[in-house]
Amino acid sequence: MKVSFKVNGQAKTVDVPGDMPLLWTLRDTLDMKGTKFGCGLSQCGACTVHFNGAAMRSCMTPISAVAGASITTIEGLSADGTHAVQQAWKELDVAQCGYCQAGQIMAAAALLAKNPTPCDADIDTAMNENLCRCATYLRIRAAIHRAAEIKAQGTPVVKKAGEKGRQL
Amino acid sequence: MTAPKIAATDVSRRDFLRFGAVAGGGFFIASYLEPLGKLVEGRHTLAPADATLNAYIRIMADGSVTIVGKNPEVGQGIKTMLPMLIAEELDVDWKTVKVEQGQLDTKNFQGQVAGGSSATPSNWLPMRQVGAAGRAMLIAAAAATWNVPAAECETDKGMVKHAASRKSLSYGDLAAKAATMTPPDLKTVKLKDVKDFRIIGQRTRNVDAHAIVTGKPLYGIDVTVPGMLYATFVKCPVFAGKVVSANIDAIKALPGVKQVFVVEGGTNLGGLLPGVAILADSWWQAKSARTRLKVTWDEGATASQSSVGFAAKAAELSKQPPQRSLRKDGDVDAALASAAKTIKADYFYPFIAHASLEPQNCTAHMKADGTMEIWAPSQNPAPGRSMVAQTCGIPADNITVHLTRMGGGFGRRLSNDYMVEAAWIAKVAQVPVKLLWMREDDIQHDFYRPAGFHYFTGGIDATGKVTAWRDHFVSFGEGNNFAAGANIGGTEFPQHFVPNFALDASVMPLGVPTGFLRAPGSNGIAFATQSFIDELAHAAGKDPLLFRLDLLSNVQPDVPAAAPGGFPQAPYDHARARAVLELVRDKSGWGKTKLAKGTGMGVAFHFSHRGYFAEVVQATVSKEGKLKVDKVWVAGDIGSVIINPLNAENQVQGSVLDGLAQAFGQEITIDKGRTVQSSFDDFPLLRFVEAVPVEVHFAKNDIAPTGLGEPALPPVIPALCNAIFVATGKRVRTLPLSNQDLRWS
Ligand code: FES
Ligand code: FES
Repeated sequence: MKVSFKVNGQAKTVDVPGDMPLLWTLRDTLDMKGTKFGCGLSQCGACTVHFNGAAMRSCMTPISAVAGASITTIEGLSADGTHAVQQAWKELDVAQCGYCQAGQIMAAAALLAKNPTPCDADIDTAMNENLCRCATYLRIRAAIHRAAEIKAQGTPVVKKAGEKGRQL
Repeated sequence: MTAPKIAATDVSRRDFLRFGAVAGGGFFIASYLEPLGKLVEGRHTLAPADATLNAYIRIMADGSVTIVGKNPEVGQGIKTMLPMLIAEELDVDWKTVKVEQGQLDTKNFQGQVAGGSSATPSNWLPMRQVGAAGRAMLIAAAAATWNVPAAECETDKGMVKHAASRKSLSYGDLAAKAATMTPPDLKTVKLKDVKDFRIIGQRTRNVDAHAIVTGKPLYGIDVTVPGMLYATFVKCPVFAGKVVSANIDAIKALPGVKQVFVVEGGTNLGGLLPGVAILADSWWQAKSARTRLKVTWDEGATASQSSVGFAAKAAELSKQPPQRSLRKDGDVDAALASAAKTIKADYFYPFIAHASLEPQNCTAHMKADGTMEIWAPSQNPAPGRSMVAQTCGIPADNITVHLTRMGGGFGRRLSNDYMVEAAWIAKVAQVPVKLLWMREDDIQHDFYRPAGFHYFTGGIDATGKVTAWRDHFVSFGEGNNFAAGANIGGTEFPQHFVPNFALDASVMPLGVPTGFLRAPGSNGIAFATQSFIDELAHAAGKDPLLFRLDLLSNVQPDVPAAAPGGFPQAPYDHARARAVLELVRDKSGWGKTKLAKGTGMGVAFHFSHRGYFAEVVQATVSKEGKLKVDKVWVAGDIGSVIINPLNAENQVQGSVLDGLAQAFGQEITIDKGRTVQSSFDDFPLLRFVEAVPVEVHFAKNDIAPTGLGEPALPPVIPALCNAIFVATGKRVRTLPLSNQDLRWS
């Protein structure tokens, strides 16, 4: 079936089976390899993209449900890797194998868009379905705090009362 | 540590020409390198003034430096670390260095393996020598240009300088001439003094960090070859079951499906297994077609195996005389008879899957000229190529293997089953093929960490000293052979520290593929032995940490210490073991903090992969039995230098959290010959809420640095179980904890 939607601001029309998930449309039809396949079962978050601005698993979203939507992928988060989350990820050297990180970054960016100063508990709640087999969670948490700072133009984040950034 | 062989890294004129040909070859076969070429930033053809100094180093006329990282990158950070060693001795500014992933090249490179935490010890000298040789050639070129003695020249971040004449030239200016200089002898080339290091020891970021955070294609799953089809491969859920019949024609008729065929395969669990290959225009169509596939399998003799059956058989074997004695010091029976206290305990750990986040995949292209090109996310590509050569009947020299970044491996990708599958399917299909497994395939067709059973008896005297130790280890294998990853060495700790020591083994047959999981052997053995030592400590009424220090001081002069874990060059060093125990005691505040009921600290240590690690876990268990880890303290000793502290900390924290995940809830069970679990729902990975602080400390000494991918994992599991005992009074002897009742009152 023919489906039109926006990816990273660009209008796209694809002709694929209606039940084909957005993940495979991105990866194999549009040759955008940044969004990753970890399970295909909505269990790991490797395939996280933004669907009209909200974090969403692309591996179980049929393309038919994407018609008219605006999708942002890791490739479109910023033009050159300068989104605060991407900067923080590089600065803190978060990745080990790196395979989960596109999904982690998209989830983190969506979290910060809603909550510019998340505490550890906010992060754990928002990110708990994003799995990292290499277990880089401590650095991801720290990098989200750092991204919040960068977003606030370098001013230290005012933490919620009683909440302290957890040490690595 | 003896110096590893470095023959393959000899820098000679011939190597230069050979590598030049490879670089030119890259251009020549551009149509197939192109897709991956996109993956590797900085791949370019050589202009006349550019120079390749050896198989690892390329300096462009503009002064930019490309260094080849030869080893497979699986998340351990080797693609950053090996080039750091070269760049240090080449004496360039790290900021100017581009790193390129080497392909499989057994002529120029040695040891292209990600396994055994072996890359650091085996490359520490050779990679530095490679860099130093490049530096020597640049100096020679400058000396010849200026007509001054080479000994009067110095280098500084990409420049050669001659102080007396105040002359200087950049490496870029010298590159072409340097490539014509006679390479020095690697064995005598001068290396920097540790105090002069400017790159080694610096917190250095992953060279792929930008590509990762911007979603660039890097991984095996990202490879695209023009005209390729996407494949799914359906194997029998019972390992090596054969295809009797399948509705091939019905599947061929489904949308997008291009080819469907039966792969006969063999019975070797590590090789090409029988199954049905479905090739389609997209992977989604191949996978969708798969749901309609109906196969009648001949499940074979192993269809009756089960985890319950293995446990029953182990219990039976434990009551019989052991099949083999692996080690016998003194007289255990006599010592037990005269012991003040004897303690018996049975321990069990289950099969575990690797569950790397990138499912197994491989891309292969069989070409009309009889050559094959493979893009393989493999931790051990050389044996993979041999297996492809043998199975597909292609001379190994005709097979090119490109290494891709891997989305985790943890030992899974030491096996090359996906490689031989992709190669075979591509050979039959006569088109380029990307084979990709489903998550379910990945969990159900792993090479599992084998389950293990330990039947311990220990004896202590009236002063609380351990006088006798027996471990009857029951595992899998046949005759004198253990199944892969199921072995134990006769010199496991506390051998050499207990006067009467026996390690016996019995095995039962297994029709389930097993292999090596991060810190293989150690990840189970440490749980059993360090938990049982804890039992002895409590029975003796001693502080468990002090008890361990005493045990380490109890060296048996009459009992020879053989090398543990098959490292003859590294016999057990009790001083290093003591040092990390003391360090973790001090850092964790062991024994100093008064903990509430339900909270406890546990300690354990283990030597593996040449590294010594001691760890303390603080855990809290609610009366209802809910477990929460509060914090982990780690003290490790991997030698004199932490090459990249930024990554080292990440590796240790990852290893420790990995160990916690194993302990919490990971278990593969076998029923009717097949794996029961199939996804992250029933094989849980660690989550954010479980990611507790892990404080990392290193003890330093003057021993050459060793690897860090594995040795931090084993101690955390027994340290956690020992903490649970303090918190609840319940001794955990069976993993995972999700099956244990931890309620207390
Ligand atoms: S791939 Fe979508 S959640 Fe795992
Ligand atoms: S970095 Fe490897 S899965 Fe997250």
